[in-house]
Amino acid sequence: MKVVVCTKQTPSTTAVFSVENGHVNWEDPGGKPNVVNPWDEYAIEQAIQIQEEHGGDAIALSMGTEESKEALKTCLAMGCTEAILIADEAFQGSDTLGTARVLAAAIAKMEDVQIALFGKQAIDGDTGQTPVQVAVKLGWTPLTFVSGIKELNPDEGTITVERLLPGGKETVIAKLPVVISVVKELNDPRYPSFMGIRKANRATIPTWTAADLAIESGTAGASASKVDWSNVSELPPRDTEVEIIEADTVQEQARILVDRLFEEKVI
Amino acid sequence: MLDFSLTDEQISAAEMVREFAEKEVYPTIGEYDRKQEMNPAVLPRMGELGILGINIPVRYGGQGFDYVTLGLVCEELERVDSTLRVVMSVHMGLNSMGLLQWGTEEQKHHFLAPQARGEKIAAFGLTEPGAGSDVAALRSTARRDGDDYIINGEKMWISLATKADHILWFAKTDPDAEPAHKSITAFMVEADMPGVTSGDIHGKLGVRAGSTGWVNCKDVRVPAFNRIGHEGEGFKIAMSCLDNGRYTVGSGATGLIRASLEASIKYAQERETFGEPIAQHQLIQQKLAYMQQWYDAARLLYLRAGWMKNEGIRNTRETSVAKWYATDMSFQAAHEAVQVHGAYGYSDEYDVERFLRNSRGAIIYEGTSEIHQLMQAGYALGWRRDKPLRCELPAYDPEYWQAEA
Amino acid sequence: MSGVWVWIEHNDGKIAPISLEVLGVARQIAGERGEEVTAVVTGHDVAQVAADAFNYGAGAVIGADDETLADFRVEAHGPLVAGLIEERGPAVLLTGASIRGGDLAAWVAAQLDAGLVPDGTSASVEDGTVVVTRPVYAGKLLSHTSVTGDLQVITLRSRAFPAAAETGATGQAEWVEPAVGEEEIPTKVLSIESAGGEVSLTDARIIVSGGRGVGGPEGFAPVHELAEVLNAAVGASRATVDAGWIPYDHQVGQTGKTVSPDLYIANGISGAIQHQAGMRTSKVIVAVNTDPEAPIFKIASYGIVGDLFNVLPALTEEFRNRLG
Repeated sequence: MKVVVCTKQTPSTTAVFSVENGHVNWEDPGGKPNVVNPWDEYAIEQAIQIQEEHGGDAIALSMGTEESKEALKTCLAMGCTEAILIADEAFQGSDTLGTARVLAAAIAKMEDVQIALFGKQAIDGDTGQTPVQVAVKLGWTPLTFVSGIKELNPDEGTITVERLLPGGKETVIAKLPVVISVVKELNDPRYPSFMGIRKANRATIPTWTAADLAIESGTAGASASKVDWSNVSELPPRDTEVEIIEADTVQEQARILVDRLFEEKVI
Repeated sequence: MLDFSLTDEQISAAEMVREFAEKEVYPTIGEYDRKQEMNPAVLPRMGELGILGINIPVRYGGQGFDYVTLGLVCEELERVDSTLRVVMSVHMGLNSMGLLQWGTEEQKHHFLAPQARGEKIAAFGLTEPGAGSDVAALRSTARRDGDDYIINGEKMWISLATKADHILWFAKTDPDAEPAHKSITAFMVEADMPGVTSGDIHGKLGVRAGSTGWVNCKDVRVPAFNRIGHEGEGFKIAMSCLDNGRYTVGSGATGLIRASLEASIKYAQERETFGEPIAQHQLIQQKLAYMQQWYDAARLLYLRAGWMKNEGIRNTRETSVAKWYATDMSFQAAHEAVQVHGAYGYSDEYDVERFLRNSRGAIIYEGTSEIHQLMQAGYALGWRRDKPLRCELPAYDPEYWQAEA
Repeated sequence: MSGVWVWIEHNDGKIAPISLEVLGVARQIAGERGEEVTAVVTGHDVAQVAADAFNYGAGAVIGADDETLADFRVEAHGPLVAGLIEERGPAVLLTGASIRGGDLAAWVAAQLDAGLVPDGTSASVEDGTVVVTRPVYAGKLLSHTSVTGDLQVITLRSRAFPAAAETGATGQAEWVEPAVGEEEIPTKVLSIESAGGEVSLTDARIIVSGGRGVGGPEGFAPVHELAEVLNAAVGASRATVDAGWIPYDHQVGQTGKTVSPDLYIANGISGAIQHQAGMRTSKVIVAVNTDPEAPIFKIASYGIVGDLFNVLPALTEEFRNRLG
């Protein structure tokens, strides 16, 4: 089986942000400023599990810059069999549609890929759109919010998954190839193993540029972007002065608080 | 040319251990510390992840990383809790590296490989109720009987006493020998041998989420195969094992300094007094500055020792000063961290009181600070000189360490 | 290109609350652009849903009612809606930023090569273009975004807007055929399990949450009790989920769910940035914590410094008495 997992680097969850002239900066006082998008770890783990069970390849793919190789090395260290970076100035500033076109072109180029895995969303853009859009561009079936894989049958060319629904779950069977976006319940991502870390640091990660992909010029990158993200601002400080409720007994405190909440009309 | 940089592999390895400790151990550490129990998941997980064999050659079941990486890993482990690093000190530093240095090829395959794979847990049996700093006063005996030895004695303050499968045990083959230390011999005692009993010790000030206990041998029959090194070499073996155990203690204590520093920085930025975060107050800043200085120095000291081990250079003195400095300062750092936290530092709702209690132990074990002071004075006065050993700790050779066989 | 379309989500024959909110926004936008709101209703047995759409402000309704559309499969609904848009040329498509709405919007935008802005928390019209404000970087920053091109596809966050009011209007829906036949749809829904009546976090008006202060799985009992009395959802901080005290389903925060209830009661939660990212848009925040310096008090409107094991039972009792 050939499976692909798409990953990107995002700011760490403890990063502190600031905006200058519409440009977003961040640093992380405690650790690394850029990490593998937390949601992607579940997708990477699943790709490796599928490869371990069915044989074949688990290929990590990332569209970004030279720095994105860090995310790809983590994928290799966890156990992906191969990693590929897509980097080209022409692709920078792409909106999700442009990104979807590029990823779809790369996946198509690999030939015989049966499953493309994504984390539910990237914690920077937070859009969650890319998996469906990649599916549309590839002409594949999207399965989003996947919380379990019940059966994968390469011979029959089908996959049965469990998806989260608002208020429940559904079980769906789909014909391969599929694009899957995953949620946390799916699995428990493994740590990179020490052996994996060693292999990953020695691996060569090829870079594909616009020239390597069959993609119409002008359909990706900043110029093709239909969404203008440039206006970013910091959150307005939450304008509250907390009222600490004090009283002689906790019952009295409760009474006062409940009074306030009724006044606020939130009950 | 001096190069202070770490390789990507070393950095990634340290990160992986940090993540493991933070995600899997930290959330419940307060609970286990209070209960004075060791989290049963810790040893199996450290085994599974390969941490228990991190710097052992692949051909002996290990992960093939170097001695510097061992130090980095210990720093990350102790940053979360000292008990994690204690595991490395006894299993890896004192026992496994002792085998790597002094064991025969057969002994390495028989004892070291399962230890490196985490299939067997290892401990170190030197200290007795009546013999701590005065190693030569140990009373355990090993009487030759045909092809075996009969071992009797009791060891105390043994980390992983009730969890270990293999205990590197030091006993006298000739209790009347002069000088006393010349008849100490090292043996690998296996916990399932008839006559071996063990129990836990509770009520320690710190390292409560760990496992410390006693082990007793009553007429335990041990084959000659289990004798490590020659008869009478035990004292030298024990001392060289301590060079490695101390290295893990020093690097671990460095992690504890960092933990105190990080906790203090975080708290100082959140807590407000007199209308501003206490980080603005200079006397608080002073504490943070000292912790930073102690961390920087402790780290450099252990990295130097680790580098010397990598290069195959005898490092008894350098390891001793690294352990002494880092442990003393980790206690100071924790003390200051408690102060930064004010009354909250005195409560187990925050981590710093656990750091303080944990740090106190390391000043006592693996050579009290006083022993290290005597050693350093001995070196400085020229009265103490390290003589070459029959077996030295092998220098790190990446090809040898990473080859399958 | 003109007209504001809303794709309607529905459950058990009724318009989903999120779609009522989207209809409200649609009416506002259409009003400012001088256009009409058209509701698109796709599903099975949806005649009532279509009729209700008029009542909530749709000037026109286009519907497709077919068995193949009974379960939401984006490969069936997506091409249908995209095809209609291609044919009829609206300028704006709005959906809720829900599992189904998000997938549908992404499909339509991809099929039609249109720009898409997801998860908006406020929307306005400037020079005829819809400008959407949305949180990015896990809620730490705000982005003010608009879409260029003939079609603007926008999804709106649940509970960020008021629901449309009823107008009493009625009308006749236009019914169309599905775009894709069953044999061409590559998926089948084999079964559906519902979560058993628990209030969903993202839909909840009131959430009672527990953090490390609950001390263990049993510590959530008082949290559950209060939630029951208030008919609220139960939330949790990441620390409690990581420690295995409560399932991930309940996690609020950066790598959990983002919620926006009217009332969020945080118990034993320090209020780390990652948790705040998931709940700071709550209308009223109440914090209960033994540590008066906990960051949560900085974003709360009301606070009690105390042990949740004392405070919660007292609150539960008080609410029980007042709510009867």
